Amino acid sequence: MMDSYFWLLSLLDSMFRLATPLLLAALAGFFSERAGVVDIGLEGKMLMAAFAAAATAAFTGSAGLGLLAAIGASLVLALLHGFACITHRGNQVVSGVALNITAMGLTAVLGNAWFEMGGRTPNLPATARFGELTLPLAETLRGIPVLGSFYYEVISGHNILVYLAMALVPLTAWVAYRTRFGLRLRAVGENPAAVDTAGISVPALRYQAVLIAGLLCGIAGAYLSTAQGAGFQTNMTAGKGYLALAALILGKWKPVPTLLACLLFAAADALQTRLQGVVMPGLGEVPVQLIEALPYLLTVLLLAGFMGKAIPPKASGRPYVKER
Amino acid sequence: MSAGTGSDNLPWWATAVLLPVINVVLALIVSAIVILAIGEDPLGAMWTMVQGALGTSEGLGYTLYYATSLIFTALAVAVAFHGGLFNIGGEGQAYLGGLGVGLVCLAVGDMPWYLVLPLSVLGGAAFGGLWGAIPGYLQAYRGSHVVITTIMFNFIASSLMVYLMVNVLIRPGQMSPESAQFDKATFLPLVQDMAAAIGIQMNPSPLNFSLFLALAACVLVWAFIWHTRWGFALRTVGANENAARYAGIDPKKVIIIAMALSGALAGLLGVNEIHGVQHRLLLNFPAGMGFTGIAVALMGRNHPAGIVPAAILFGMLYQGGTELIFDYPSISRELVVVIQGVVILFAGALEHMFRPALVRLFTPKPAGV
Repeated sequence: MMDSYFWLLSLLDSMFRLATPLLLAALAGFFSERAGVVDIGLEGKMLMAAFAAAATAAFTGSAGLGLLAAIGASLVLALLHGFACITHRGNQVVSGVALNITAMGLTAVLGNAWFEMGGRTPNLPATARFGELTLPLAETLRGIPVLGSFYYEVISGHNILVYLAMALVPLTAWVAYRTRFGLRLRAVGENPAAVDTAGISVPALRYQAVLIAGLLCGIAGAYLSTAQGAGFQTNMTAGKGYLALAALILGKWKPVPTLLACLLFAAADALQTRLQGVVMPGLGEVPVQLIEALPYLLTVLLLAGFMGKAIPPKASGRPYVKER
Repeated sequence: MSAGTGSDNLPWWATAVLLPVINVVLALIVSAIVILAIGEDPLGAMWTMVQGALGTSEGLGYTLYYATSLIFTALAVAVAFHGGLFNIGGEGQAYLGGLGVGLVCLAVGDMPWYLVLPLSVLGGAAFGGLWGAIPGYLQAYRGSHVVITTIMFNFIASSLMVYLMVNVLIRPGQMSPESAQFDKATFLPLVQDMAAAIGIQMNPSPLNFSLFLALAACVLVWAFIWHTRWGFALRTVGANENAARYAGIDPKKVIIIAMALSGALAGLLGVNEIHGVQHRLLLNFPAGMGFTGIAVALMGRNHPAGIVPAAILFGMLYQGGTELIFDYPSISRELVVVIQGVVILFAGALEHMFRPALVRLFTPKPAGV
């Protein structure tokens, strides 16, 4: 009984660790897409940021500087996306794909050239990474059965970025639904012409949204290479940007449901490593590939309207052309 | 999404030649900057790439072998594009197509290759086509966007293939997830052997009969899009779905057929890769060619006559990139991926940036200004 409780605790603990980059990227997608700019490029921005963070931390030995570099690199890509999609009204999906592919190539080329380790960056020492924080009283309460160990194992012992990501969910909800900026942001994704009529610049709002997305993807990337991992590896995002996009869709472009979708995907990921070769009663051995594909299958089913209906922001994907 | 036929009065060669050339030059400038940042000599590196890609019969063979795969995946993107659809799922469709090709080749035993080829083409087209048609159906009848669905289908395809290779198709008693080898009789002839038969000496390369299949596909796709009723319906739906509906065309049907055809073309990559070269099923054989097809199609203005030279150019980049690392160890072959991304950015996302400038250049200024 106690054994399976601790098994559950360690599962939940991994779930939060794995959900963090997804959540940050999905919230990035939230801002961009609610403003009407489709963001396929979450993956590329995260990858570029992960590389910038690891490279900077390797040179300077500072995780904080790494985070700043990550945000900077991600913002550059975000600006490029805005330049193509907002200023030049280019195809948003094509622009996102271009950013993803460029980031994949550039990180590998620069990584190889600068560190000569086959695209990896050197292993970062603990001082150049975001360390785990022990929350107040965690040690004291550890001995208390059930709740104490839950607090110690699951709530405490994460790095600062995990708590930041979780705190960003209510903050995002507040900004989006309780502030003037949020109202305008959502309006520009549904009916940009109406926003324009009210005398508010559509491009300016969309640029702000795209830059917020860049900021959040930057943090997500830094998390991958300097908090969860200890260095950069070629293509280390491995589809997490697309998975975040799927979580955003599964969460129907709303912050709290998006968080739940991220936690679900992360739990599936955490289970997958634990279920390798385990025989389930009545089911036989569950193929790990099925669990791996589950988030994508769920997204397809949801989008196809087989489980509820996910309706994207009305103006998403459409460049705004001001009437003369 | 416009298919690149502008309504402004640009001369045809400006659209068909000048714009792509500007895109290539810009992409090369960006890669030159990257090479400079690494601290190497960009001109020397590019010369090494060109020599590696075209300088020897072996290099040329590899270049055309890569181009063969790229022609298939780029045609796939182009067909969908003309129907107003952006198919990012070429990678997954090619993966599944290869599975179809492999299953046919494993099943036929020792049939001679010329009898197997039509079957393996059918197998690849059927599996790839199905993997494209499902997202098409979901967009047409269930309202889910084909871009997102095809992305998801790429991942599902990857998981499915790992499952099948590890659990079902693996050759017994083997560690790495690969199927048994096909019978030697089924192997597609290599171009070097065909050349030798008519007295031309070529060094060994994986270039095989699929090249001719790819060129035939170009002609067929061209005839289909511009000279059949179906092609007309496809272009009409791509240009204006409502107009198509009023003209009596059923856009839903057209979307499904376009995606099926697109997937089928991507699936033919399997003929080149699995039937032509690997002669067994294995993991990850599409190796990103499905995504590169997007760059090739955009650069080739979604026209077979543009896709062939663009595919050869990217074939050169792939092959030249492999040669590059011998002379310039600090430059890795992922430089090709950077060039790909930049080409997609300039030729695709920023297509509206250069066009107006060109239009201004070609429009005679009114008198007195």
